[in-house]
Amino acid sequence: MALVLNSEQVMLRDNARGFLGKNAPIAHLRQLRDGRDPTGFSRKLWKEFAEMGWAGILVPTEYEGLGLGHVEAGVVMEELGRTLTPSPFLATSLLAATAIARAGSEAQKRAYLPRIAAGDLIATLAVDEAAKHHPEKSALSATRSGTGFVLKGAKTFVLDGHVADLVIVAARTAGIPGEQRGLTLFLVDGKAKGLKTERTPMVDNHNSARLDFENVSISADAVLGQVDAGWNAIEGALNVGRAAVAAELLGAAEEAFGRTVTYLKERKQFGRVIGEFQALQHRAAFLYCELEVSRSAILKALQTLDESFDTAGPIVSMAKAKAGTTATLAVQEAVQMHGGIGMTDEFDVGFFMKRVRVGQELFGDSNFHADKLARLNHY
Amino acid sequence: MADLETFRKETRVWLEANCPPEMRQAAETEDDTCWGGRKWTFQSEGQRLWLERMASKGWTVPEWPKEFGGGGLSRDEAKILRNEMRALGCRSPLDSFGIWMLGPALLKYGNEAQKRTHLPKIARGEIRWCQGYSEPGSGSDLASLQTRAEDKGDNFVVNGSKIWTSYADKADWIFCLVRTDTNAPKHEGISFVLFDMESPGVSTAPITLISGKSPFCQTFFDDVVVPKQNLVGELNKGWGIAKYLLTHEREMIGGMGMNGARHRSLGEVAADTVGMDDGTLGDPLLRSQIASFEVDSWAFSLTLDRAGDMAKVGQAHPAVSSVLKYYGAELNKRRMELMVAAGGSEALEWEGPRTRDGFTVRSWLRSKANSIEGGTSEVQLNIIAKRILNLPGA
Repeated sequence: MALVLNSEQVMLRDNARGFLGKNAPIAHLRQLRDGRDPTGFSRKLWKEFAEMGWAGILVPTEYEGLGLGHVEAGVVMEELGRTLTPSPFLATSLLAATAIARAGSEAQKRAYLPRIAAGDLIATLAVDEAAKHHPEKSALSATRSGTGFVLKGAKTFVLDGHVADLVIVAARTAGIPGEQRGLTLFLVDGKAKGLKTERTPMVDNHNSARLDFENVSISADAVLGQVDAGWNAIEGALNVGRAAVAAELLGAAEEAFGRTVTYLKERKQFGRVIGEFQALQHRAAFLYCELEVSRSAILKALQTLDESFDTAGPIVSMAKAKAGTTATLAVQEAVQMHGGIGMTDEFDVGFFMKRVRVGQELFGDSNFHADKLARLNHY
Repeated sequence: MADLETFRKETRVWLEANCPPEMRQAAETEDDTCWGGRKWTFQSEGQRLWLERMASKGWTVPEWPKEFGGGGLSRDEAKILRNEMRALGCRSPLDSFGIWMLGPALLKYGNEAQKRTHLPKIARGEIRWCQGYSEPGSGSDLASLQTRAEDKGDNFVVNGSKIWTSYADKADWIFCLVRTDTNAPKHEGISFVLFDMESPGVSTAPITLISGKSPFCQTFFDDVVVPKQNLVGELNKGWGIAKYLLTHEREMIGGMGMNGARHRSLGEVAADTVGMDDGTLGDPLLRSQIASFEVDSWAFSLTLDRAGDMAKVGQAHPAVSSVLKYYGAELNKRRMELMVAAGGSEALEWEGPRTRDGFTVRSWLRSKANSIEGGTSEVQLNIIAKRILNLPGA
């Protein structure tokens, strides 16, 4: 597949850009933050987003979604990155929808996917338990009890965890932390007895929560996929999340870069615009190269998810690693080149730095993924 | 698509039948690939046959028109040919500056007679070309070049000197930038001419680089007579051709280290020298540098693919060659730094069969020129700042 967007994808990008630019510019994030909104996102916006069809972007058409691919999901994520919009899209429409569509039974798909596509169900995937991403180390236990299971343990950095109607949780049914074998995915009601949720406000003002499972009882039909053999489903959903966040990071980085280049052409010091200084020109040109190289990696990773989902792991890791370092550089340069005003809360550029730092951490940072690639290459 | 599949099958069958076995082994030295020309001595009968067979199909220059010795293939077909050659491990039948640089410029700017005279000989490897661009006083500021071509009726008479002329001592002809108007602004008095290196008044002297022997020469012109029919494009309009050709040169340098037969990977080399510790390299800091290099390297190889795909649909920025040149050159330097670091003291041996006469250490030193030749990295960043980012006064 050629490494360019086709005309439908370009149209989708333009539509998403128009919609978000109009309905959810950075002022929207600022308003949610300053109003101390307890949900941290706008349900009205999410409903409108769903009316555009995008909540069901990956949901197959037989379950009332758009049935589009990962490239399209990435296109929307990139635009969300440009506007830094807090949205259930990532957790609900990409992570949860992927896990259910790929591992779910027919009944589970019927029960959840149409509601996800309609924007009526907020869902999420709970994997991390410690400060650094390491899915194999999941220890939260699921013990058989009668015909069902009892969940005990805690999850952290759960996107939208405080507002999710449905939590898909990775739990250990066998083996020991560090092993891929023995993990199982469960569908848990967000209001289940014994499930305590605590919103963890983060630096980027997007949504994340800590979930405590204090002996949460669930029935046998809450198992998503196979008992003890959930690893592929977990890793599959995570890979979609990683590629999607890479696209979001690229969007945020490009927007921060675009604003910076504009500023270089306007800001005058020493009697001339600072963009005339070669010290800044070369750094901007270098950053442009990094952004272009990252875009190639991300597009190819998304295409690979569409063409060969089960073998996409390495290229997704490469793309997430590259996106993380490039976006980090982009926001650092954005603040530095804006000078003092870049440090003020009143000016938007700092918001990009905050979101990029969280995106870098989400589903494994650049070091995590470079390490993973090195292991795959036997060194 | 069905046609392409047929093409793939036919190509595979043809390559299997026609590529001599010795041309399916990875090239280890420069002479393992044929560079052609009047002075070329074939290393083996296989090398000669391979060139002859590929040239007869036009596959030394697959995308050139058939009438000029090319294969007349579409971009997609040429890609299939490349992939099938790679799958079989086929060496390139012919490498040359004629193919990479002069040919594309002649196809765009040459007149009918020039195309008919020169292109088929490039395609068949009969004439080897060198490039007369840089001068001792004109490096990054190439347009300040001083080699003069004076108008003497039917001929130009060329005087001056070029430097960094790769393989000037082995080349048959030169494509050369000369000043034809000394009063015009520097970009507007340059012309693009072709002449035979056997013309009276042409001489060359080799240059030894820090890596040891090198293909580079300084080339001298003393009253060299060049027929006017060898002027490409219009008089004093050579700078446009020079820049067009430079984009091809830059893409070639940018793509270096990304194609061809891969030698051992950095991880493999380091595993031998520093050893493994519980499944990972024994030197965690080196490991982290290699891993981050490999991320960038993979992403860059995809960028070369994407640049090609974008060119095909007319979305490529004209200055994208500067991005590829800059990034590819810096990446290759990084790769070679890591290669000598991974190789340790063994990689520093300069002579002897064990290291193939210091192949690694010499390649490392040679790689330092990547960010100088074809326009320095700093010049590429200037071009990106000015032409892509539209920053002022670069």
